[in-house]
Amino acid sequence: MEKIQLNRLKKVLIRAYHSLPYYRKKLEDAGVDVYDIRSLEDLKYLPFTTKDDLRRAYPFGAIAEPMRNIVRIHSSSGTTGTATVVGYTKKDVELWAELMARTLCGCGVTAEDVIQVAFGYGLFTGGLGVHYGAEKLGATVVPTSTGNTLRQIQIMRDFGVSVICCTPSYALYLAEVARENGIDWRTMRLRLGVFGAEPWSEEMRVEIERKLPIRACDIYGLSEVIGPGVAFECEERCGLHISEDHFLPEIIDPATGRVLPPGEVGELVFTTLTKEGTPVIRYRTGDLSALMYEPCKCGRTLVRMKRVASRTDDMLIIRGVNVYPSQIESVLLSFDGVEPHYQIVVKRENYLDLLEVQVEVAPQFFSDEVKVLERLKRQIEERLKAELNIHCEVKLLEPKSLARTEGKAKRVLDLRKKEGMV
Amino acid sequence: MKQISVFLENKPGSLYGVLQKLKEWGVNLRALSLADTAEFGVLRFIVENPEAIVAKLKEEQFAATLTEVLAVGVEDRPGGLCDVVEILTRAGISIEYLYAFVSPQGEKAYVVLRVEDLESAKRVLKEKNIPILEELPL
Repeated sequence: MEKIQLNRLKKVLIRAYHSLPYYRKKLEDAGVDVYDIRSLEDLKYLPFTTKDDLRRAYPFGAIAEPMRNIVRIHSSSGTTGTATVVGYTKKDVELWAELMARTLCGCGVTAEDVIQVAFGYGLFTGGLGVHYGAEKLGATVVPTSTGNTLRQIQIMRDFGVSVICCTPSYALYLAEVARENGIDWRTMRLRLGVFGAEPWSEEMRVEIERKLPIRACDIYGLSEVIGPGVAFECEERCGLHISEDHFLPEIIDPATGRVLPPGEVGELVFTTLTKEGTPVIRYRTGDLSALMYEPCKCGRTLVRMKRVASRTDDMLIIRGVNVYPSQIESVLLSFDGVEPHYQIVVKRENYLDLLEVQVEVAPQFFSDEVKVLERLKRQIEERLKAELNIHCEVKLLEPKSLARTEGKAKRVLDLRKKEGMV
Repeated sequence: MKQISVFLENKPGSLYGVLQKLKEWGVNLRALSLADTAEFGVLRFIVENPEAIVAKLKEEQFAATLTEVLAVGVEDRPGGLCDVVEILTRAGISIEYLYAFVSPQGEKAYVVLRVEDLESAKRVLKEKNIPILEELPL
């Protein structure tokens, strides 16, 4: 494995150096010669790539191939230039399908299965990523995408769906809607759930398996690295196997950047070894995890990562969508009548994440007319939706009603259950 | 006539907070209405010397504002309010909101109106001999 990794690493570094100007500059600033890599140990001398690097490269600065070789574009949330854009060559799309097939297979999906893909289809990598992998595996794909929950359940029953793929919180919501509508799971073929795109706890797994007649599996991926298909849980469910023949993982101390030994918790960093469209070198995911190199009982020798429970930054993951408080702040500041005092409250209701943005109404803006205030609220919600791609509930507050702090304001109140995560 | 409006959150103690201040300053309320939505409320009231009171409320960090409203006295009999609204309706003037109360003497009812086109409203009401009040009677 290490031999394959080193060979691939050398190639990807040379390619990145020659075709990505932002990366060439980074290497030159760091005084690193990409032709001088002797072992995987040398990785630690290479500069990191951050989400900000990729944002600054918007739209196509992180794409290492001419556009005629790019067959697909995906992008993280954000419509105002803060998004990160990744490009896939034909070979990348095939590799992605292969890795996703490996992932689904690892979770226990077979060619006999009917798999319903209830991740969003579109710029988000979840839907299409899983879709092509499931087809590659030979399973029957039902591409429902998100929304219209009752219909999702009807399709599940009518089409004899055996595997559901969605966010874990959506699985619980499905169970809730089915219960309210008197649908009996025993009459259905559903047996397995493949869940990803948001952090979840062991308690949540127990809850899902109690409410749905399935085994719940975790998968991991992120668009900057490839999308879903980076790592998966096998039947042993003790960490996620990383497809390390394509993605070289490291754990670093988020403060110093120093590489941490196996087993220690730190920030997960990936170097893509085979991707052509958007290769990333030492990409800092912001996800906290640990690497386990001991062999797994399942027989796979791929390294395992602990499931991701928290992050190094203030990024929130709301129903699979990445949200930064700063995005919300910039939307609020674009309104005249709104005080820069706000609070973001994340709640889980009916197992779905809800984002509430509480904003103080400036006295000089306040209108006596209810309809003007309601219009303001609606406009803020619309602009937040355009920026974040998810719906937020806006709540107007009286001036000075939010607590003022001397130091760094605590903008985010995350009321979702946290315990039980690694 | 000027009316004070105050933005209130839908939570216990919001209304109390404003009324407590008014009590402290010895302000007597002539008329009052509380509009609420699922999300928030707007308290509207008429007092003497509204400019000074609204300034004090703002000092106390309330979202408060002054609004020009129309106050008319109507006969306290069936159809009294209907006649006034008819005049405005015929003139195509839309009413944002209104609130009304009966005078202690029981002969007149007083109606506070917020209309979209204040000048036209005043004109058509005057034409029909509906008296527009400069202040509310005690």
